[in-house]
Amino acid sequence: MPLIRTDKLPVASDSDVVNVRQRVRALAVEAGFSLVDQTKVVTAASELARNTVVHGRGGVVDLELLVEGPRRGVRLTFTDHGPGIPDVERALKDGYTTGGGLGLGLGGARRLSNEFELRSRPGEGTVVRIARWR
Amino acid sequence: MADVDRIPIIRMGEFLLVSIQVDMHDRLAMTLQDDLTGAIVRHRAHGVLIDISSLEIVDSFIGRMLANIAAMSRVLDAETIVVGMRPAVAITLVELGMSLSGVRTALTVERAMDTLRQAVKSGTRAGRADAADPD
Repeated sequence: MPLIRTDKLPVASDSDVVNVRQRVRALAVEAGFSLVDQTKVVTAASELARNTVVHGRGGVVDLELLVEGPRRGVRLTFTDHGPGIPDVERALKDGYTTGGGLGLGLGGARRLSNEFELRSRPGEGTVVRIARWR
Repeated sequence: MADVDRIPIIRMGEFLLVSIQVDMHDRLAMTLQDDLTGAIVRHRAHGVLIDISSLEIVDSFIGRMLANIAAMSRVLDAETIVVGMRPAVAITLVELGMSLSGVRTALTVERAMDTLRQAVKSGTRAGRADAADPD
């Protein structure tokens, strides 16, 4: 799949989360997303970036602008080397939380994306990849 | 990036007005929550109006902050109204899984002020009736 642009950003602090939101917004605009689709992908990015900071003890995100035939998309891959998720099924359930939040982050990000992939190993870290297409 | 450490809280008579004009990081949201509950008590405010028309997203953290402020202010005898949510934000928030039930909303500041005034008026009337009526 042809890539138009890639970028890598640190995700280790509150202000990194804000920065990720702004960069994802710019990418979604470049991909020609509607305002609603921009808002969805930025919100999903915000949830996953926060997870990376709070649960993953910091990490990075790879931002990609994709082209596949007539459609364009945004793909985001959040990688951390934190404690990992012991029970992925449970972590995806709404309302399940270990961080004192609402437990909507992972499930919500999945609902706001067209593609969602999560790989995690206890003790090794977590990779969450989402994509949204125009 | 310029860091704003506080969101200003403006007093308007018995109401407090907060207009969120920055892309909020999580600590800023927590600070606002604390500042606002303090201000409600200090100014004996009966209503809080939070303008979020500048917010381009509301994620679960900011949504939770709004719900917390509404719940805390209610306990402190003040009504909170969230004003000016963008349509794209509303659509996304519901899909995310947050309905913000328990948070009053209004589309415009005028309507929010009307609702707040009415809420305060009926609240005061009920209070007076209780106090004045020996039955």
